[in-house]
Amino acid sequence: MLAEKYAAEIENILAKYPPDQKRSAVMPLLYLAQREDGYVTKEDMAEIGGILGITSTDVASIVGFYTLFYDQPEGDIRIQVCNDLPCALRGADEFLEQLCENLGVKVGGTTQDGSVTVEAVMCLAACDKAPMFQVQSGEGIAYHENQTVSSALEAIEALRKKEALA
Amino acid sequence: MSDLILLRHRQIPDLNQLDVYRQHGGFEAFQKAVTTMNPYAVTDEVKDSGLRGRGGAGFPTGLKWTFIDTENWPHYVVANADESEPGTFKDREIMEGNPFQFLEGVALAAYAIEAAEAYVYLRGEFWQIADQLDRQISELEAAGLLGDKLFDTDYSLRIYTHLGAGAYICGEETALLESMEGKLGQPRLRPPFPPSYGLYGKPTVVNNVETLTNVPLIITRGADWYNSIGTEKSTGPKIFSLSGRVNKPGNYELPLGTTFRELIFEHGGGIPDGRQVKAIMAAGASSSLIIANDEALDTPMDYESVPNVGAQLGSASIIVIDDSVSIDWVLRKTLHFFSHESCGKCTPCREGTFWMKHIIDRVHQGEAAWSDVELLNEVALQIKGKCLCALGEFAIEAVTSGIQRFEPDFRAKVSESSDEDELLVESEKA
Ligand SMILES: Cc1cc2nc3c(=O)[nH]c(=O)nc-3n(C[C@H](O)[C@H](O)[C@H](O)COP(=O)(O)O)c2cc1C
Ligand code: SF4
Ligand code: FES
Repeated sequence: MLAEKYAAEIENILAKYPPDQKRSAVMPLLYLAQREDGYVTKEDMAEIGGILGITSTDVASIVGFYTLFYDQPEGDIRIQVCNDLPCALRGADEFLEQLCENLGVKVGGTTQDGSVTVEAVMCLAACDKAPMFQVQSGEGIAYHENQTVSSALEAIEALRKKEALA
Repeated sequence: MSDLILLRHRQIPDLNQLDVYRQHGGFEAFQKAVTTMNPYAVTDEVKDSGLRGRGGAGFPTGLKWTFIDTENWPHYVVANADESEPGTFKDREIMEGNPFQFLEGVALAAYAIEAAEAYVYLRGEFWQIADQLDRQISELEAAGLLGDKLFDTDYSLRIYTHLGAGAYICGEETALLESMEGKLGQPRLRPPFPPSYGLYGKPTVVNNVETLTNVPLIITRGADWYNSIGTEKSTGPKIFSLSGRVNKPGNYELPLGTTFRELIFEHGGGIPDGRQVKAIMAAGASSSLIIANDEALDTPMDYESVPNVGAQLGSASIIVIDDSVSIDWVLRKTLHFFSHESCGKCTPCREGTFWMKHIIDRVHQGEAAWSDVELLNEVALQIKGKCLCALGEFAIEAVTSGIQRFEPDFRAKVSESSDEDELLVESEKA
């Protein structure tokens, strides 16, 4: 239960918004729920709806609309390579292709051991430092900029080790 | 190098530390405003400076602040830190390098419209920046620069951060407000505009991060000083985010009115591999494609001049495309972006971006006939003027200008395709 585990944090989040506008806290609470397993469960949605006085269907529609919320487990480590126009002009498509080849996955797919998912995403406001990717994990989002395929593979290997220890 | 105004952290080490920021005059403008100026005087100074919104539309900032409805309370300021336009990465550098000047700008805007609460809406990927801003806001509270009864006056102000979660449309100000209210990020019908009906239905000023970061120095140094930078109608400095096929991509703070040529060749170090510049997008992916001839390269980058070469300055995200790139590929990239980011609220945009994406994919793969290119253009024209927000219009800028101005690229793709009858059979099978 989120309410027990994150009582203080939930209180802080709710304090940001007027008392009659609790619904504003839905996205911050979803981030909180996602911190644990990288996705939001049905139970989380019901609980968040309960805290805010909205239905769990309302909460689910928010999860569906915003791309940074997930309702299903994927690889523990999400590698999101930007291959939008400015990055692609600096070789991001080739970078993504080679990275996938090396990891033995297709774009959007997860490695056989289930640890790493590679996705292509839209502009991340780092266009001058392409090729780049962000890593989404329980701890949040980290940017990796000015990458080569080998530096990216090294970074991913380091993340895998860290994840295995956790 | 002349003194930077927005990217001062490049010249002043550790400017993201509060004590360093204060050593360089930080929060003097805010203290001066709260203790010696009435709110209208702050708005007047900003109005006289000629500052125009840096988020894309170039709307005069001071004028926007005067629209705030004074019959309806409370008022809110929302800083737009959604920064999701492909090719735009300036607000991120400001918030990382010079965060206190930005926060002081938020505070000044709040004082000017008599708001006691302000929010910074950041794209979800900026969670580390949001975390930092939270800490910096706490420091400001501890230093008595934010909080209750500031400088022994009756004025109180709190600033909060709020994270989005990956939706380009939330940069559009009314979608942003919906999102802040915990709803789907879909634009509102306008009017009413945010200064009369904004966050929680209350009068709200929404301004871009870069816009707000200008304000502290306008208050300290005055509107006349600010007016002396840039051109007559486009005053002040602007951060140009330069990306694509240039040797030195990055943010460049230059006066409005600097030419494309100076930006690309002097500051950006020219085009790699001995290539020629072929096309320029001035407003990120939302831009029409400018033919990069001498006339265009010598055009000053300001709000009045860029339209002379058939484009808009917008957010001044300059994407450089060289002669190794075929324009149909560029459209493929922009259309994949817009069809992904359409919020789906209105049919012309939702369906139109979807179909345009499919047609351009076929064109790009050499599986289309010239009639498909014409169809693409037609679909684009049908979207025009039929959308609730500007995203739909943005989506077609590159399409219509690209087909018109770079027709040979599309002709070449079409002639790669084999016999037209065969194509039809292929597409029926698909
Ligand atoms: C689809 C769309 C996306 C937008 N994205 C942003 C954005 O990321 N950042 C921003 O400041 N303004 C963005 N805008 C413009 C805002 O709607 C609004 O005009 C701006 O935040 C006002 O601030 P300004 O007057 O300081 O420029 C966007 C507009 C549209 C239509
Ligand atoms: S134009 Fe597109 S993005 Fe804007 S409201 Fe309509 S569907 Fe949504
Ligand atoms: S296009 Fe990749 S970060 Fe902007």
